[in-house]
Amino acid sequence: MSDASYLSLSKLTLAYGDTPAVPDLDLDIRKGELIALLGPSGCGKTTTMRAIAGLMPVKSGRVSLDGADITRVPANKRAVGLVFQSYALFPHLTVYENVAFGLKLKGMRGNELDAKVQSGLKSVGLSTFANRRPAELSGGQQQRVALARSMVMEPKVLLLDEPLSNLDARLRLEMRTELQRVQKETGVTMIFVTHDQAEALALADRIVVMKAGKIEQIGSPEDIYSRPTSSFVADFVGFENIFQLDQGKLQTSAGLVDLSSHAPSAAGLAWRPRMVTLGSGPYRGTVRGTSFAGDSREYLLDTKLGPIKAEVDASQPAHALGAELAFDLPVERAALLSRFG
Amino acid sequence: MTAQRLFIPFILFLVIAFLIGPFLIIVAASFSAGETLAFPPQGFSLRWIAKVFTVESFRASFGMSMFLAIGGTAAALILGIPASYALSRYKLPGAEIVRTVVSAPIIVPGIIVGLALLRYIVVPFQVGITLALFLAHTALVLPYAVRVVSASLENLRSDIEEAAVLLGSSRLGAFFRVVMPNIRGGILSAFILGFVTSFNQVPVSLFLSGPGVRTMPIDMIAYMEIVFDPSVAALSSLLAFMSIGIVFAAERFLGFSRYV
Ligand SMILES: Nc1ncnc2c1ncn2[C@@H]1O[C@H](COP(=O)(O)OP(=O)(O)OP(=O)(O)O)[C@@H](O)[C@H]1O
Ligand SMILES: [Mg+2]
Repeated sequence: MSDASYLSLSKLTLAYGDTPAVPDLDLDIRKGELIALLGPSGCGKTTTMRAIAGLMPVKSGRVSLDGADITRVPANKRAVGLVFQSYALFPHLTVYENVAFGLKLKGMRGNELDAKVQSGLKSVGLSTFANRRPAELSGGQQQRVALARSMVMEPKVLLLDEPLSNLDARLRLEMRTELQRVQKETGVTMIFVTHDQAEALALADRIVVMKAGKIEQIGSPEDIYSRPTSSFVADFVGFENIFQLDQGKLQTSAGLVDLSSHAPSAAGLAWRPRMVTLGSGPYRGTVRGTSFAGDSREYLLDTKLGPIKAEVDASQPAHALGAELAFDLPVERAALLSRFG
Repeated sequence: MTAQRLFIPFILFLVIAFLIGPFLIIVAASFSAGETLAFPPQGFSLRWIAKVFTVESFRASFGMSMFLAIGGTAAALILGIPASYALSRYKLPGAEIVRTVVSAPIIVPGIIVGLALLRYIVVPFQVGITLALFLAHTALVLPYAVRVVSASLENLRSDIEEAAVLLGSSRLGAFFRVVMPNIRGGILSAFILGFVTSFNQVPVSLFLSGPGVRTMPIDMIAYMEIVFDPSVAALSSLLAFMSIGIVFAAERFLGFSRYV
């Protein structure tokens, strides 16, 4: 086992009956890393997590953890924790008993058990709620119980399936910080699923973007945000002006524009609305739509390159519908896409 | 306006009178001092209540009915709980067929069930009367056990079992640690329903009862054919109060009503 592959999935294939869900997945995760799994609904995030936890049979391929092949190890012997999106707290047990559940199964008793449960509850700020039942807690509190219940087991890997999706915006931010703190304190390797790219960018050491059961891109938040390598990832992280290149040339309604000197091998180029220069440049467009977003204003332009979205500071003078504007797509700022579609 | 306001309470009164009226008549008749079953009761005495405890056959048939109601319902639950679990948790082929077959004794008239059991099981296989009654009562209660337990399983998310497994429990352990405690109310309801169904069951028992082995209701019918005194009313009242007592105790001590 190298350091770079504490948890490693190799050629992992998962299916529901005959319906393939994840074909041939490879992923290596370092010890102590905080990984975000990002991707559209139905792309196989939950399925992958369940396979790591041992709740989903592996069709072919391998899962290894801490140097051992765990592909066939039953879920209760893996030392992998999973926080369910639904929390899955035991409704008949109190908060205290929920947290103590796994520890008791490990044979822990008496003072040792009590100390461990208390410190687990304390770390999520729920010491005073020990005697409540899950039904008497708010969504955020339930989620913290679920987190504590998994954390006290000191799993080798902690998986969190959309842990923050049921919370309101304020609690979400709070729990985000909480998660990060717990992870830094304990150094546990964590993978969390999210739909929210802002959450992934804010929390993760590395982001894994999935599409239809395959990994589209793995990289640091900076990589994913600024240097998406495929049109799919670019679109997912908010590049709204995405163009396919044909041998370095951009197809427009006014003929081909040669960009091969700037992006010799790129399959496509992408710009965020912010990256479009408005007011000067070689291209022209007509304002078709405009929307105001507080400190910025967005324009939808009709151009020979196709529709272009541009965003400028709201302090700049507004342009009326139908106005003709010059604009530029600065190639040196564009994201170079190596895969398109 | 007043007439309209009184209309609903009046209907309500009729419904309640219809439901508990007969029961009140029986209770009143049990305290009669007269020699025959009659309403309104003639005078007041506890003699018929006392007599119930002296009739030898009542004691035997009460014991038999208790045995069938408790034993048969317990057996039905022992079969029914795993069956309901399998039906609700695994997408088994033919699960619907199993559900329908299990429910058959509710739908098929008891007379037919009793006759069929007698004709095709008891007689050809020489099954003893007690065993035949026990098997029949188990089969009769099974549909209630499966229905009621299934309903509470449907309301229980299955991911708590996975959570228990990930915390170190085996699959079977998860069933006993997190499934059973959460369907406790359903099991209790099924037990009470099964107990009452079995205890009051007449048609099937009628076919299967034999010399010296009778259930309580069958024995009461037999008794009434010979003696027409208020002791049957007294016994009915006692049984009714026993049922009420059981439900009340279950509610009091086990929080029954929280679940149904
Ligand atoms: N129990 C199941 N039986 C059959 N197919 C399933 C089952 N669960 C999921 N799938 C399919 O497997 C694929 C991956 O599903 P998965 O739940 O892993 O997606 P996801 O990325 O977690 O989506 P979401 O973001 O909506 O939770 C989907 O196409 C889905 O339809
Ligand atoms: Mg999911």
